[in-house]
Amino acid sequence: MELFINLTINGLATGMLIFLLAAGLTLIFGLMSVLNFAHGGLFAWGSYAGVWLYLLTNSFIAGIIGAIFIGILLGFITEKWIIQPVYGNHVQQILITLGFMIVLSELLKVIWGPNQIAVTPPAYLTGSWEIGNILIIKYRAFIIVVGLLMYGLIYYMLKHTKIGLIVRAGVINKEMVQSLGINIKRIFLYVFMAGAAMAALSGMLIAPYAGVIHGNMGMEYAILAFIVVVIGGMGNITGSILAATLVGIIGSFMAYYVPELSLAVNMLIMAVVLLFRPQGLFALKG
Amino acid sequence: MNSLLSLKNVETYIDQYHILQDVSFEVPAGEVTVLLGRNGAGKTTTLRTIMGLNPPKKGEVAFKGAIMNGLPPHDIANRGIGYVPEDQGIFGALTVEENMKVAMKKESDDVMERMEWILNLFPDLKTFWKKPGGLLSGGQKQMLSIARAYVNETELLLIDEPSKGLAPIVVEKVMHSIQEMKQKTTIILVEQNFLMASQIGDYFYIIDDGRTVFNGRMQLLREDESLRRKYLGIA
Repeated sequence: MELFINLTINGLATGMLIFLLAAGLTLIFGLMSVLNFAHGGLFAWGSYAGVWLYLLTNSFIAGIIGAIFIGILLGFITEKWIIQPVYGNHVQQILITLGFMIVLSELLKVIWGPNQIAVTPPAYLTGSWEIGNILIIKYRAFIIVVGLLMYGLIYYMLKHTKIGLIVRAGVINKEMVQSLGINIKRIFLYVFMAGAAMAALSGMLIAPYAGVIHGNMGMEYAILAFIVVVIGGMGNITGSILAATLVGIIGSFMAYYVPELSLAVNMLIMAVVLLFRPQGLFALKG
Repeated sequence: MNSLLSLKNVETYIDQYHILQDVSFEVPAGEVTVLLGRNGAGKTTTLRTIMGLNPPKKGEVAFKGAIMNGLPPHDIANRGIGYVPEDQGIFGALTVEENMKVAMKKESDDVMERMEWILNLFPDLKTFWKKPGGLLSGGQKQMLSIARAYVNETELLLIDEPSKGLAPIVVEKVMHSIQEMKQKTTIILVEQNFLMASQIGDYFYIIDDGRTVFNGRMQLLREDESLRRKYLGIA
């Protein structure tokens, strides 16, 4: 039983990190119909920039703020100069964002070196609580709380603000939103910057969780985020958190029992969803 | 003629297809101008061209004397043009209230007054205020689409095939509401249902193969069967 609970908590923590990465991706995908393969690069840059600031200042909070800032900045640059010229052309989007992803990853190695960087959580998030035979690692609990808080914040924004309403409408019918007098391109930019900031936050939070960061981490985690977007349904935040939790928990159990199949099982779930419900399990209705 | 909108020798392409080849017309303020023509003649593309959704390649689209070529759709809408597309463009997962709120630029007294007026015209929308737009009937969706396009300061309303796919009794309702709106705003109506078009319209333009080929006061078409046969294929 203890093992089951521990694996579930591990899975939930991983799921929340994937959710933060996937949340931006699903909105960008759903609203802008943009296949952004550079998302993993933004995540990795958040991780490196945040960790650099964390190690420099010895303040974890400064690291988080730095990661979010770099995410917003890179989000702005990516949307304006990489994505905007290729709106509506998926082939070009894949090529240019994949290329940009490689550029971002290589730049990390140029700036911070090719070696892995070890990261530990701050002292106040190190250690664990013991409840009976169950060991709850503080940092994992912290990630779960941050993930849920972020979900609550995004959900509130989408449900109860005008910009959230426009984003939800835009996911369904972009052309109609424009015809109602709304500058959808500006909304695209805001959503892209917010998505990049969440990816960067996820990158920063994952560093102490994984223990090390490296130049190729972007693609590694972006694959999981894409799986979550497909399973959860494009543009659906609640679908994303449910799918991310599913992917995280399955990954955690598989990593313990059959580690070789850990990623393969998630791929298999994605394939089944694509076959029987290609719009995702929780897709928004038009 | 005091024209609110004018199109001069407009040509529009969709991908490689030359859809509008020479469309010219003027829309007088305060009247209903009906675009008539057979299926595929270019009526919907004409409305989309005015909205900037399929921008013109040649020619000139002017609203209140200002040329709008090259403006993005949101700028065109913000000049006071409301658009009701053929498929109604309802945000299905959003409630009726949310559909209206997306459209409302501000919640000023003027906008709230217009909202009240339009909801009195379409009481069904009040009844289903909290219901997702996707669950409304075809007629209710049409009403919501018209209400949404009208709620802001709209000087010109483009309505594309409002009777399409609706039961005759619902068509009556929609027709009545457009007649009410006619008192408040200028309308361009694309309509296949000639009976409806002829009862609402003041002027007509016939579009054939992407060109405006004939125009006049609606009375002319109502009274001349040979014209109807020639251009619309109906008696």
